[in-house]
Amino acid sequence: MQHNIVCFRTRHLDQPWSLENYRSVGGYKQLERILNDKIPPEHILERIKQSALRGRGGAGFPTGLKWSFLSRGKPIQKYLICNSDEGEPGTCKDHDILMLNPHQLIEGMIIAAYVLGTTVGYHYLRGEFWHAFQRCEQAIKEAYQEGYLGKNILGSGVDFDLYNTLGAGAYICGEETALIESIEGKRGWPRFKPPFPANYGLYGLPTTINNTETLASVPVILQHGAKWFAHLGGKENGGSKIFSISGHVNQPGNYEIPLGTPFSELLNIAGGVWKNARIKAVIPGGSSMPVLPGEVMKRTRLDYDSLSKAGSMLGTGAIIVMDEHTCMVNALACITEFYYEESCGQCTPCREGSGWVTRLIKRIEAGQGKPGDLDCLEQIAKGIEGRTICAFGEAIAWPVRSFLKHFRAEFEYHIEHGCCQVAARVR
Amino acid sequence: MIKFEIDGKKIQAKSGSTIIEAADAAGVDVSHIPRFCYHSKLSIAASCRMCLVEVENGRKPLPACATTVTAGMKIYTKSHQAMQAQKEVMSFLLINHPLDCPICDQGGECELQDLSMGYGRTSTSFIEGKRSIKDKDIGPLIATEMTRCIHCTRCVRFCSEIAGLRELGILGRGEHSEISTYVEHSMQSELAGNIIDLCPVGALTSKPFRFKARAWELRARAGIAGHDCLGSNINIHIKRESDSQPERIMRVVSRTNEKLNETWLSDRDRFSYTGLYHADRLARPMIKQIGKWQETDWETALTVATQKLQNVIAQNGAQAVGGLISPNSTVEECYLFQAWLRSLGVPHIDHRIRQSDFDHQIQSPLVWSTCKCVQSLEETTSFLLIGSFIREEQPLITSRIRKATQGGARVHVINPVDFDFHLTLTNRCIVSPWGMVCSLAAIAQVLFGNDKKKLNIMPKPIAELIRQQKPNTVEHDIARDLQQDKAPLILLGALAQAHPYFSYLRVLSETIAIEIGAKTLHLTDSANEAGAWLATALPHRRIDGVSIKEPGYNAKAMLAKTLKSYCLFGLEPTYDSAYPELARTALQQAECVIVCSAFKNKAMLEYADVLLPIATHLENEGSFVNIEGTRQSFQRSVNKPFAEARCGWKVLRVLANFMGRPGFDYQTVLELSSELSRNLENDLQSEHIPPVDFKPLPTVSDNTVWRCGYWPIYRNDSLVRRAEPLQVLTVEQDLAKLRLGAALATHLKVNNGDRVSVSSDHPDAKPVTLQVLIDQRIADATVCLPSGLPDIAINGPLSVVRITT
Ligand SMILES: Cc1cc2nc3c(=O)[nH]c(=O)nc-3n(C[C@H](O)[C@H](O)[C@H](O)COP(=O)(O)O)c2cc1C
Ligand code: SF4
Ligand code: FES
Repeated sequence: MQHNIVCFRTRHLDQPWSLENYRSVGGYKQLERILNDKIPPEHILERIKQSALRGRGGAGFPTGLKWSFLSRGKPIQKYLICNSDEGEPGTCKDHDILMLNPHQLIEGMIIAAYVLGTTVGYHYLRGEFWHAFQRCEQAIKEAYQEGYLGKNILGSGVDFDLYNTLGAGAYICGEETALIESIEGKRGWPRFKPPFPANYGLYGLPTTINNTETLASVPVILQHGAKWFAHLGGKENGGSKIFSISGHVNQPGNYEIPLGTPFSELLNIAGGVWKNARIKAVIPGGSSMPVLPGEVMKRTRLDYDSLSKAGSMLGTGAIIVMDEHTCMVNALACITEFYYEESCGQCTPCREGSGWVTRLIKRIEAGQGKPGDLDCLEQIAKGIEGRTICAFGEAIAWPVRSFLKHFRAEFEYHIEHGCCQVAARVR
Repeated sequence: MIKFEIDGKKIQAKSGSTIIEAADAAGVDVSHIPRFCYHSKLSIAASCRMCLVEVENGRKPLPACATTVTAGMKIYTKSHQAMQAQKEVMSFLLINHPLDCPICDQGGECELQDLSMGYGRTSTSFIEGKRSIKDKDIGPLIATEMTRCIHCTRCVRFCSEIAGLRELGILGRGEHSEISTYVEHSMQSELAGNIIDLCPVGALTSKPFRFKARAWELRARAGIAGHDCLGSNINIHIKRESDSQPERIMRVVSRTNEKLNETWLSDRDRFSYTGLYHADRLARPMIKQIGKWQETDWETALTVATQKLQNVIAQNGAQAVGGLISPNSTVEECYLFQAWLRSLGVPHIDHRIRQSDFDHQIQSPLVWSTCKCVQSLEETTSFLLIGSFIREEQPLITSRIRKATQGGARVHVINPVDFDFHLTLTNRCIVSPWGMVCSLAAIAQVLFGNDKKKLNIMPKPIAELIRQQKPNTVEHDIARDLQQDKAPLILLGALAQAHPYFSYLRVLSETIAIEIGAKTLHLTDSANEAGAWLATALPHRRIDGVSIKEPGYNAKAMLAKTLKSYCLFGLEPTYDSAYPELARTALQQAECVIVCSAFKNKAMLEYADVLLPIATHLENEGSFVNIEGTRQSFQRSVNKPFAEARCGWKVLRVLANFMGRPGFDYQTVLELSSELSRNLENDLQSEHIPPVDFKPLPTVSDNTVWRCGYWPIYRNDSLVRRAEPLQVLTVEQDLAKLRLGAALATHLKVNNGDRVSVSSDHPDAKPVTLQVLIDQRIADATVCLPSGLPDIAINGPLSVVRITT
């Protein structure tokens, strides 16, 4: 299996982030080729479509299709945004791309801007990414010095200015329209869609927004060809993907491997479940995705379609592994508390529902559960799901519903006995 | 038009409409879609989720307020899916909402209470603790109970979109979000009270009305607001007489009129009622007997008034009497006032108490310029505003202009102070009062300065003035923009009207308007200026529109000439007149002063002989003519005005009867109104009047200092001056300080906080001592000192003053 061949392709080098090292693996060659040979944007767009690249920010939307929504010809300002907010618990891949290979992201953004006809780009980093921010500032400075950014890039007549902007520490600012509001200097409140950013984005102008990993994959796709990339993964699941595996494994971390790799193989790479414990449950795509029993996961491949068939989603590729000693009530309480704290408060079901589920689960965890609580919980989750402005509503509802679906008995035990089943068994 | 279905009914709507708009427009045919955050006048938030409906083939329920209809769409507002969604949203809204309806002022008119009857459950599965939020002090008008807030953000959107001032926002996140002013302070917007109407729950309620009455104890009567020229429609809420309290007006709320106030109301119109029962209110007729005031009955008071007035006329002739009426009086009152005085032979009648320059009056049109323009303000793309603190003078007209600027309209101003309008201005000429005239002349010069023919047919001094100008870049810009615009609008405000060269401003702006195809509009600062003109409460025109050969004295001359007797109606001249100093002297020396007024004041008790209590506009009956020329009639809201007070028209009729004048036999205000309508409809045509001479240009030296004395928003008439919650809001700039720019301060060698004396520019003017406040918003050679303040009697709101240090 090939590791670290796309976003992490400089990882093996000393100081992998330097411009020199990036160039040594073919960095900025694609950009130069495109500009020198005046390759028409439509050709590149076609390549991206063929590569089957899908969004790495959570929703897995086909990138080529997204790019084709922006009407290139319209004679107005358009924007490109890179989403490095990376707030989803369990996810830490974008951070490593920024730290290890910032120039590849920049090259990817310039190429995307060229395809989309945008002359201004924003790179939005979450507020806590101070080191990554500085590294990106340095990289952008170098790119300007080399003439890759700015006006008349490499004498081609193409302009692209790129700015890093730091968030202020709100998970919701990873949601694309909240992020746009945040760049505009407003509260990070998601917008109602439609209109979508492609029509009404930053400052009301057409905008394309992609995840860091998505954009950083572009130069490699163009270097090795769309077919090569598509064949790394399965059908409609092109490329390789960085999986951030965490929880009860021996070697947690980021692993860039082809999509479609069986979960069990990744688990092996990560050193297996710790302390020789048995695997109980896995959240395969960041904490907002439905949890799956460990046994189910062992049979599943890591790609968009397989996971969705198994009843969850690939999400951001953050895999949280829980061993047999995990209390699922406590695990859910931790998850919902996070979403309770992070709800932006704009729409009623999420604002009120997140507090309600959190209090209810904590009450059950504390041994104060009552008969009927689980039905109530289910009811609240259903009342949030599909009723909110942004997908944050699902991020609360899905964990609740999936935990109840797969581990209901544990919750019932808590209510009935007023204490934890797992703890009781250990005793 | 798009065809689609709601609940199986075939509906049509304009393309681009949202489901909720289409359903509301379809009216009773379609069941009401519940909503909280949606408001037809505000941007779409789509956040409360109460309006979720089912759309055929939709994956999930969609918010009706934010989803546009498409052809053939099938919408279900009462299907299982829709009802399920609505009920669940309702239960989310209720879990943290306090169950304090019995002590909540909103009870009985609460949207949450109403909808929870239809969508709420009778029992709750919520047994966790409820959140509570600290209340905020946002000033004397609005009480807060923030735990009740349901985060619909109507108030927040109102402030930024309509009031133009982002005073409210959301602090915190998620369940901890709260509406707040960031740093705690009183809301400054002159439209703030609207958030009380907007708040669907009891989070924001009226502070003055708090705990005074329950909604169901009140009776609503339609009325017309009386503090600016828009004529906003209002509902007056009255509590019946009880054992403990006579009938009382408890509050005023807005009544929708899309053409005028939409659903809004200014705070002045909403809260002025709080002045109604002030200690100054005249309860009974009063007469002064050998220097002592005593209350009496109507009969006696009218007899005394008749005798006194008839005595003066017998001894000095009717020429010795002057009549001044407030332009806030009804058309009927204005009509009867002039008819009564004219029947006695009195020639001096006027309502223009704030005007300084009456030249050219004879050529002015029969009605103060009006046009059907309020709604179209929003479509206007270029405005020139001359002499107006428009945000305080006309709060709701300003919000229409604000809306126009949000769509890209340009607003240019010529003002003596750089007033803050809470909207984006394109160009500003901040110049002294005389500079205003020059700026306008400069704009005229850019437009047609080289056209000898045009200048030759203009009045000499004006042509001369245009020739003298050297337009600067701002004036060039303004002229060009007006010229390029399809239909610019020139607005003259209260400061233009009070200007000592008003006739110049008027001729110049009309000439410019003709040149560029613009409209001009006078924004008068009273409720019925247009009506007072129509009813000829004027010295120079008869009710049939014909000019009087030898007109009587105008408002200023009447005071300057110190007559033997004055009849005042609805006025406090020492506050309301442009010439408070002249007014005090003139009234003080007069033998007989008869005052019809709702309120008394200290000066009035000194100069008056008879006080006749009248109704305020909230208790009155009659009509006002607004800026659009629309005559809006209103009936009495209360069974009878306060205590022994009477509607003004009745008092005037009886005065005429007592003095034996024939033809004053009106039994009802309707009779009077219809006679008046006949008169007014008689196709009044101004006869041709030869041009008159204009006064010469003033001599302005380097040392000339002008005053800008606008009437602050809450000092504008006797009722608002007594509305205590509004008085609390009087901001620092409206206080009795002498504000001036740094350049003038250097020239005069004064500093912030120094005390200087100011007086009118005539030898025996009494100086007033004031503190200096340096303020960069004031034009060069200008000081700002508001009018309508107690103990500051300086003549001429925009005239030359003398300052001694
Ligand atoms: C609540 C919420 C949080 C999100 N946070 C992130 C994030 O941190 N990073 C990210 O790339 N996308 C995030 N997304 C997804 C973005 O909205 C958006 O779909 C994505 O940036 C698009 O990029 P892609 O097409 O390249 O995946 C979030 C979405 C939601 C609803
Ligand atoms: S779903 Fe939650 S996070 Fe998204 S807009 Fe609504 S309140 Fe905000
Ligand atoms: S009324 Fe539609 S979401 Fe609030």
